[in-house]
Amino acid sequence: MPQKYYLLISLFFLFASPLVQANTNGEQLYTTHCSACHGANGNGGVGVPLALPDFQYGVTNDYLKETIRHGRPGRIMPAFTSLKNNEVKAIIKHLRSWAPGKPFKYSNKKIKGNIKHGKQLYAKNCAACHGANGKGGEGTGVTFSRPRNLPVIAPALNNSGFLASAPDLMIKTVLMNGREGTPMLSFLKQGFSEKDIDDVVSYVRSFEKTVVSKKTRENVNPIISYESPYPLKETLAIIKKAIIGKNFRIIRQQYLNQGLVEKGKENKKQVMIYFCNFNFLNRALAIDPRVGLFLPCRITAVEKNGKVTVTSINPLYMSRFFNNAKLEKLCDEMHQVYVDIVEESTF
Amino acid sequence: MKTNMMIKIIVGLILSLLIATTQAEELLMARTKQSFPEAMLKLQETILKLGYKVSRIQRIDIGLTKSGYETDKYRIVFFSTEKEVAEVSKKYPHLVPYIPWKIAIFAEQQDTLLVSADPIQFSNKKYPGADKYLLKWKKDTQNIMQILRQSE
Repeated sequence: MPQKYYLLISLFFLFASPLVQANTNGEQLYTTHCSACHGANGNGGVGVPLALPDFQYGVTNDYLKETIRHGRPGRIMPAFTSLKNNEVKAIIKHLRSWAPGKPFKYSNKKIKGNIKHGKQLYAKNCAACHGANGKGGEGTGVTFSRPRNLPVIAPALNNSGFLASAPDLMIKTVLMNGREGTPMLSFLKQGFSEKDIDDVVSYVRSFEKTVVSKKTRENVNPIISYESPYPLKETLAIIKKAIIGKNFRIIRQQYLNQGLVEKGKENKKQVMIYFCNFNFLNRALAIDPRVGLFLPCRITAVEKNGKVTVTSINPLYMSRFFNNAKLEKLCDEMHQVYVDIVEESTF
Repeated sequence: MKTNMMIKIIVGLILSLLIATTQAEELLMARTKQSFPEAMLKLQETILKLGYKVSRIQRIDIGLTKSGYETDKYRIVFFSTEKEVAEVSKKYPHLVPYIPWKIAIFAEQQDTLLVSADPIQFSNKKYPGADKYLLKWKKDTQNIMQILRQSE
């Protein structure tokens, strides 16, 4: 084998080796994977304030581990499936450095309460914050630079990630003691008996039977693309008409490589049309400020070998990056808008 | 001729293995302690240092305060190179709507947050040649985020 092949193979191992090695610096891992949402010192923001002492003492390492592994489907917190076990351990060790002392330990003992009675108690005392059927507080935790009245948004108790992470005894302890620094009260102090609390725990656990699995978007194409039967100039005119017809405003038309090449030397056969509907934009930003990745809306028309192709991103494909159930509905709407515009301009 | 073909096959194999060993994340995110104007400057400076050009900065601030935000400091920074846009748009149609690559940057109280998609999410078996760009964009986006995280 010629020497250059050896060189290439060696290069592969040189590049690949850091990718397969685990990083066990918990602080570094936390900064990379968690701090954008939970804050540099665990003070929260998008995510739960992990440094809150009552949270720290009230959850086990297993709960944290399972939460990192499962995430909270549809509620922003992603499942970190690619982290290695010792990386997850290192992150947890770092989290624990914020609250010295030992957290509670719970056995995995199942609590057998009266589900029917638990349901009644839940409806009267818990649903106002945790939502009917445990769907969680309104909003999905993403508040970024919006006024934030509470340190947390009531968790979705029917979330498969929560149910997989929280043992019955942990739920019971939180109900009994409440969680200081959050709106969660001690229900013993509210007059509940221990049996009442067991009934509520059993009702919460019963959500496992009704958990709806997340809509899979695995086989979605990342782009929406059609070939236009018209020349480029005409296609662009039809695209603009279709955009306006959908109640969107055209922001700008520019070449794909504009800003990267000297003025006048742009590739005139690759054109982008940016457009926006401010009402739609505000709705999306109110749900998840990270939607900047979709913005501004854009259709690209490219002429190659006499054929014109009209392409856009596919919001259905992009939506899976956000793990935000509310945003998915808007992405469905936006997908339809894109399909309609692209289809209208190519038929 | 044969040697060139062999090199291409081996490079393709290497890239495929690299893609396979690189776990795709969904979003690449970073929080920096820098204020928004400082972070914007640092972001642009870092992009240039990595050999890219900022092709456009899009303001996303119309109506932000009306929709409940306390800030209107929100921008999308597009960056690439002339060569990359030319090659990618010529050979890899599935990436056309996603170039130039972008990072969303916005204020979060005193901090600034940066978000980008993980380029590996756009890897497509039909176009293995595109993986070299996706890997490069991922590495560079991660570098940018890391530099911003470490900036005080």
